[in-house]
Amino acid sequence: MKTIRAPYRVRGGVHPVYRKDRTREKTIVDLPPPALLRVSMAQHLGAPARPVVKKGDAVARGQVIGEPSGFISAAVHAPASGAVKAVDNERTPAGGAAPAVQIEPDGEDRWIEGLEGLSDWARADAKTIVGKVAAAGIAGMGGAGFPTHVKLSPPPDKPIDTLILNGAECEPYLTADHRLMIEHASGIVQGLEIVRHVLGAGAVRVAIEDNKPEAIAAMEQALAGVAGDVALVILETGYPQGAEKQQIYAITGREVPSAGLPMDVGCLVENVGTALSVRDAVLAGRPLTERVTTVTGTPVRAPGNVRARLGTPYADLLAACGGGEAFAKIIAGGPMMGLAQPGLDATTTKTASGLLFLAPGEIATYSSMPCIGCGRCIVACPMLLMPAELSQFLEAEDYEGAEGLNVMDCIECGCCSFSCPAHRPLVQHMKQGKAHVMLKRRAAKK
Amino acid sequence: MSSDAQPVIVSTSPHAHEGSSVRRIMLDVIIALAPALLASMIFFGWHAVRLTAVCVAACVACEAGCRRLMGRDPGIGDLSAAVTGILLAFNLPPSLPSWIAVVGCIAAVAIGKQVFGGIGYNPFNPALVGRVVLLISFPVAMTRWHNALEPGRWAGLSWVDGASTATPLGTVKTAVSGGEALPLTWDGATLMDFLFGRMSGCIGEVSALALILGGIYLLVRRVISWHIPVAYIGTVAAIAGLLRIVAPGSNMPVTFHLFAGGLMLGAIYMATDMVTSPLTRRGMLVFGAGCGALTMIIRRWGGYPEGVSFAILLMNATVPLINRATRPRVFGTKRKKRS
Repeated sequence: MKTIRAPYRVRGGVHPVYRKDRTREKTIVDLPPPALLRVSMAQHLGAPARPVVKKGDAVARGQVIGEPSGFISAAVHAPASGAVKAVDNERTPAGGAAPAVQIEPDGEDRWIEGLEGLSDWARADAKTIVGKVAAAGIAGMGGAGFPTHVKLSPPPDKPIDTLILNGAECEPYLTADHRLMIEHASGIVQGLEIVRHVLGAGAVRVAIEDNKPEAIAAMEQALAGVAGDVALVILETGYPQGAEKQQIYAITGREVPSAGLPMDVGCLVENVGTALSVRDAVLAGRPLTERVTTVTGTPVRAPGNVRARLGTPYADLLAACGGGEAFAKIIAGGPMMGLAQPGLDATTTKTASGLLFLAPGEIATYSSMPCIGCGRCIVACPMLLMPAELSQFLEAEDYEGAEGLNVMDCIECGCCSFSCPAHRPLVQHMKQGKAHVMLKRRAAKK
Repeated sequence: MSSDAQPVIVSTSPHAHEGSSVRRIMLDVIIALAPALLASMIFFGWHAVRLTAVCVAACVACEAGCRRLMGRDPGIGDLSAAVTGILLAFNLPPSLPSWIAVVGCIAAVAIGKQVFGGIGYNPFNPALVGRVVLLISFPVAMTRWHNALEPGRWAGLSWVDGASTATPLGTVKTAVSGGEALPLTWDGATLMDFLFGRMSGCIGEVSALALILGGIYLLVRRVISWHIPVAYIGTVAAIAGLLRIVAPGSNMPVTFHLFAGGLMLGAIYMATDMVTSPLTRRGMLVFGAGCGALTMIIRRWGGYPEGVSFAILLMNATVPLINRATRPRVFGTKRKKRS
């Protein structure tokens, strides 16, 4: 085990004000289940789960309430024991609608019986372990929510030689991963060793930004006894150091090909929270029913890091953190890529890294101007795109032209909009353009 | 839901911004031009104040008027018209009558900028469009020069009397094209005069030091990057050096070419105009080098003694091509497609 600086310099990126001070020293607080859980079946990337319980059913914690409904999908489990009050459709944090199971917790918090871990995972084969991960319904907890069991089953022609544990947490305000690394370093490392075993990856790299010295120290200590090619890679603080493609580049110098996946360059990136969940699933057979979320922002009276059951309404998260003063924006996630919410009715999902409230004075509304050609978005773009040019193509609804300029490579990190002095909605243009190209490609397939 | 009592704003990410604005950028350019304005007032007195005030007022009024005719909001709050006004004034000889300056302002803002749709859409630097229109339309008034610190500079409203002189570039051009020996002795004292701006020329171009000072401010404020000025000035230095080595008898030294005429004003403030210069850093280097080469070609072989304005305008026309040719290789792709 060694500690090194990232050997390659990520191009582009910006330096937003991080504002992590309000919660970085706040110990994770376990929240009891709220009066009513509303568990969305769209907890992850891919097809939403299919509800398998109905109104009136009694459920135990960890019982399957939603079954995966496709190859890229994941199971959903009851986050608490109680009674199913309803199965309906609800708004997701992303703005769509998906089935949701409402559970009224009975206060006993009784786990379902028969959950069993693998006592000797080091001798288990990959298939058995991945089966445990799938049964636990784990999806990437860094934000994208890709079902983990799918990720852990790369095709045989794409061997993974480098496993990267992502503890960068480059989004401003968020400290959930930071606290996890400080408080659960050994658990995370156990999960990491399990994933390494599954993949047969030779090299393990743990990536943390240099603005998290406490997390670096904790992870260094936990990694000390781990055998093999293991290194803690300290990344320069910057946004988006936590973006998968940029992180792989910073550590290995390999570029994930356009339209490709990390496995195309022999890499796999796993978030620290996901690694911890993998450990719980494999060692204890415990499904994913809760996660750590940072509830913060100046309007929040007692900001902190909370471990909340999936399905906990945002209103309950805010109330658990002392409630809030006047706020003008609610963001699920961080300020760079988070999703603005119309209210507090959506609920905690497996990808909920944070819930951020902004005061009226902290948000600025702009009217956008024509591009003045300053080129700052081009310097900022970590994918080396030309957002200035692309946005003009997209304004003219020239989606083919935008496709030719690689609009599909945009990772929507927000660096371009962040640095645009003309306040152009560049990311919005990109998202719109990508959606149009996707529609066109889907139509062409049919 | 009851928890939704507070009205909130819903918008696409990102929800944070670095805090920059077009207005702030233009304000920075105005601040950066302040030392040169001060130098200009010292050297050309009242006429520096007169021309700058007239040009700023005329450009802003013209911008507001055009926008009104087009049924758009006035749009003068971004301060870009004020910057155009200052830059155009800086490109005028001190004795130019105010009404001619106003004609230049109308050309700059109405023809150079608003007919294309206003800020962001103009292919050519508006101030240079204004200057070139005047240079071609009023060749005598536009080439009537006065020495810096001439006593007449605070005397009256107009400055038609007094000895008119040629600019250093003009003196050299006349001599060289007439086959005569170089007319200027180039010693330390002359170099100092050139650095501080004690010579004849357009009101804002003479003081290289003041212009460089403002340029450093723009670099620190990240309003400009070093690429265009360094490529521009570097190319001029390289060509001037080469010419001096090949034919010392008919070519002035490198330092003369750097500090005479409008090179500093052009390279730091005009060629770097965001709208009319390339988007990429590599493109900026190509653009700057092109400006430098054209400037030296015009100075040495062209019909005009100075070529900065024409060089930049010609290179402005190539910007879309440069942008296309210097697109970065997108992350995760092989060599870019030529389209």
